[in-house]
Amino acid sequence: MNITLNGEACEIDAGTTVAMLVAMVSADDGRDSRGVAIERNLEIVPKSEHASTVIEDGDRIEVVQFVGGG
Amino acid sequence: MNDPLIIAGKSYASRLIVGTGKYASYQQNADAARAAGAEIVTVALRRVNLSNPNEERLTDFVKPDEFTYLPNTAGCFTADEAVRTLRLAREAGGWNLVKLEVLADQKTLYPNMPETLKAAEALIADGFEVMVYCSDDPVYAKMLEEAGCCAIMPLGSLIGSGLGIMNPVNIRLIVEQSRVPVIVDAGVGTASDAAIAMELGCDGVLMNTAIAAAKDPILMASAMKHAVIAGREACLAGRMPKKMYADPSSPLAGLI
Repeated sequence: MNITLNGEACEIDAGTTVAMLVAMVSADDGRDSRGVAIERNLEIVPKSEHASTVIEDGDRIEVVQFVGGG
Repeated sequence: MNDPLIIAGKSYASRLIVGTGKYASYQQNADAARAAGAEIVTVALRRVNLSNPNEERLTDFVKPDEFTYLPNTAGCFTADEAVRTLRLAREAGGWNLVKLEVLADQKTLYPNMPETLKAAEALIADGFEVMVYCSDDPVYAKMLEEAGCCAIMPLGSLIGSGLGIMNPVNIRLIVEQSRVPVIVDAGVGTASDAAIAMELGCDGVLMNTAIAAAKDPILMASAMKHAVIAGREACLAGRMPKKMYADPSSPLAGLI
């Protein structure tokens, strides 16, 4: 199925949860989810719901983190 | 001297808040923040780079257990964008203390005050502690304080300009009327600018470019630390009155 991930079209398997998506975009050493926030269709998905939230076709997902800034 | 800066009920020994942008590396950034003696650092929230999950991360160098992260809304031009960004920042970090800035245009990065006030009200209603970047207009500064902002942060001059404190009279008016900390945010170019802000009675100074864009950022960070302390102590000590004519420092009696 197709979603929009950080503004770009992306294809993922049906049944993928937010937690699985976070693992997919995390570093090879498995660092994070700490410091990452997820927004799904403009609604924040709290960390406690990452494992139970299944992504649906057409979802717009944002994965954000802290970076340097003034 | 025990003279803490208290923001939203929390006590800080350092009155210098530093940014984490524009450094050559996150390592240099961390070294500069330490040299500045900063306890609070501003951070931005951006999309994770999906094409390179192994790129360096701010959190591995400027660590959230060493510094208080102050998430900002840099790049937001409407109240809605700013509120959305800070709700995500709260989810990412778990902190309620935030720096709100809603900008008007790219050329000046001057704050859009109606949108800033609107965003402040929405964030405070949602449980945030809002430190607010604002113009040096005492009327708007008062409105932001009355809305419940925990720190008023007027610009000294435009973000990244290094022009110093362009309107010391307005900064002083804001200091005199405010019952929450006043922190000059933006415009500081060198150490004397920071000292001037503190001598005007400000409770702190927030800067990024003045340190990051110095030839030697670590040395400038140290200079800023001393400038903020010197300015604070001078403010508390109370300066001598200015006089038109000379007043000898050595006794006139007993001259040969």
